[in-house]
Amino acid sequence: MKMMKLAVGIAATLSVAAPALAQDLHFPMLNYRTGPYAPGGIPFADGYQDYLTLLNERDGGIGGVPIRLSECETAYNTERGVECYEGIRDDSPLVIQPLSTGITYQLIPRVTEDGIPMHTMGYGRTSAVIGDSFPWVFNYPANYWDGASVAINHLLEQNDGSLEGKKIVLVYHNSAYGREPIRTLETLAERYGFEFNPLAVDHPGQEQGSQWLQIRRERPDYVIMYGWGVMNAVAIQEAANIRFPMENFIGIWWSGSENDVLPVGDGADGYTALTFHGVGTDYPVYDEIQQYVVDAGMAAGNGDQIGSAVYSRGLYAAMLASEAARTAQEIHGVAEITPAMMRDGMEALSLTEERLTELGLPGFSAPFNVSCENHGGSGAAMLQQWDADTGTWSLITDWIDADRELVTELAAEDAAAYAAENGIESHCDM
Amino acid sequence: MSDTVLFAFEAAINGLTVGIMYSLVALGFVLIFKASGIFNFAQGVMALFAALTLVGLQEGAIPFAHLINATFGTSIHHFGFNIPTLIAIPLTIAVMVGFAWLVERIVLKHLVNQEPIILFMATIGLAYFLEGLGDIMWGAEVKRLDVGLPQGGNIWFEENTQWLGFGNENFYGFYIDTLNLYALVIAAILVTALVIFSQYTKQGRALRAVADDHQAALSVGISLRFIWVLTWSIAGIVALVAGIMWGSKSGVQFSLSLIALKALPVLILGGFTSIPGAIVGGLLIGVGEKLFDFFMQPIIGGATENWFAYMLALAFLLFRPQGLFGEKIIERV
Repeated sequence: MKMMKLAVGIAATLSVAAPALAQDLHFPMLNYRTGPYAPGGIPFADGYQDYLTLLNERDGGIGGVPIRLSECETAYNTERGVECYEGIRDDSPLVIQPLSTGITYQLIPRVTEDGIPMHTMGYGRTSAVIGDSFPWVFNYPANYWDGASVAINHLLEQNDGSLEGKKIVLVYHNSAYGREPIRTLETLAERYGFEFNPLAVDHPGQEQGSQWLQIRRERPDYVIMYGWGVMNAVAIQEAANIRFPMENFIGIWWSGSENDVLPVGDGADGYTALTFHGVGTDYPVYDEIQQYVVDAGMAAGNGDQIGSAVYSRGLYAAMLASEAARTAQEIHGVAEITPAMMRDGMEALSLTEERLTELGLPGFSAPFNVSCENHGGSGAAMLQQWDADTGTWSLITDWIDADRELVTELAAEDAAAYAAENGIESHCDM
Repeated sequence: MSDTVLFAFEAAINGLTVGIMYSLVALGFVLIFKASGIFNFAQGVMALFAALTLVGLQEGAIPFAHLINATFGTSIHHFGFNIPTLIAIPLTIAVMVGFAWLVERIVLKHLVNQEPIILFMATIGLAYFLEGLGDIMWGAEVKRLDVGLPQGGNIWFEENTQWLGFGNENFYGFYIDTLNLYALVIAAILVTALVIFSQYTKQGRALRAVADDHQAALSVGISLRFIWVLTWSIAGIVALVAGIMWGSKSGVQFSLSLIALKALPVLILGGFTSIPGAIVGGLLIGVGEKLFDFFMQPIIGGATENWFAYMLALAFLLFRPQGLFGEKIIERV
């Protein structure tokens, strides 16, 4: 299968080198269908591709202009991701989806220089929420710091508004991604009086004996996890081994896929994770995907990922990209938009409940508006819980808001430092 | 008894059991290196491939189903029946023996008398090939491996060690993962079987003869090619055992091949040519990394396990390059 995927990937990449069609909207995908993180990369890529295929087949593209999709395989490797970007940047890519925090950090200066918008949905550099300093980078609808804040707000709600004297442990992937929430949680620990202890797990996270022995010794009230790949499944297994209550174990959205819980079997029952989109296939858009994509034999990959948590995320990313393109077309009054116009569309994106319903995704996302100042959307998330018997995620909370004041305050410091270092002038005042 | 002593002891016990898991991976490297002087880069991927094959057989999955479906427009995935574990394991062993035969026929046969580095490079190629083959055959998604091995903290052990705290309220018995206890027993059976095989069977003695001196073994009529097939077959079986133990912990996925990284410091410590060395090396690395993490985590933060194992191995290299049980290489000039 990998060979086939590679062949498709190569063909798609080669197609990028060919002259662009006169009329199309180019949406490149920096995927990882191979390597240690492929089980997470495949469903995202499939969801992204299937939604754009749906638009092509059902609507003839966006605003009457067909969508051209290209894939480049990164294997979740930063160097390869940069190479992929270099290969597509002259082909009018409307938006870059790097799908990796490491690649994101490398591409931020490049996309800024080249004038190509980048969307890092729920990952990447958190301070990109400050659009004034990161005009070409968007991370709506939520970022890592939002996730930490939502988790704490949820726990506050569970504990009648007080976390005084509680112990909270963060088990995190020892990488730029995993370390992101530490500062936020330290600040929140000071504010709410809980004891906070971060525990790092090195890549790939196959062995976590020391960390979970420590958790067993310290008996924290809650464990929050920022993991990825095999680390997630091992952590959930270790938590089950020490009989840590699963309902007190909260993963970030990148620790909340079927791949993370299925290997653990019954032990994962009750495990919770954050999500910034709906779960399952109980949305009208899935009927249309079945009709226009699957039944037409055009499903991405093997067609076996439809409805999984990360597939839904890929679909959501594609929906946000297409809505931004539609907004850009409206703003500029042209159907064939450029990357610069796409940026304007992303910055003026408004996702309302009515629009979500029209798209066949009622309640799938929290409504949000993007602005020049706020590239981060709403920051809201829900909690999903795993039912091992039925093998499904179900939503157990409504939308929980992040403490955006705090997140913005922390992000503003980092963004200001970045802007000063890179000589970026404020563009929101213009 | 004080918390520190009790918890350090608990860390050491867990280090011992985890060390055995490392040893299971290291054993495969030792077998091939001992018999042919090849450092088999593909050993970790062999563990992944063996585990993938076992799960695929258990689930009654059709090999290459995605490729068949994409080529012929069909939609077949399963045979419609599951294969019991006790039958799936021998079938997987047969696949690994077949793989060993193919490796000898297609790769090793053509590289006789080549420099060790050439053979090493060949195993790198083999690793990439096997990784892709596993994906094409069985798919890239994470798979649950269940061969009936119990997992989780051993409650009996916990309850019966509680008294060691002598009233210490923070101590509620030593934690030990039942799966790791099984690994201990399985490793003991495996090593005993390997020793009996190499000491008391004709093929085993032939294998030792080849390991001692290729030329001399050839001169008395031992078939080098047969020995290579035999060695790679045994390494394949050891890889299957390692794949089952590690796959039961984390599910079967690509990352399983990375367990080979855990075996390298074990090999450096124990020696590349010694089966007892692989066991002792694994135990030392396991205990060392757990104790180091226990004492140093509050000072320098966690996540020390990966690099500490290599640091320990490096320190050993300085004083004993051949490892604890390895053969000393003496070059006469």
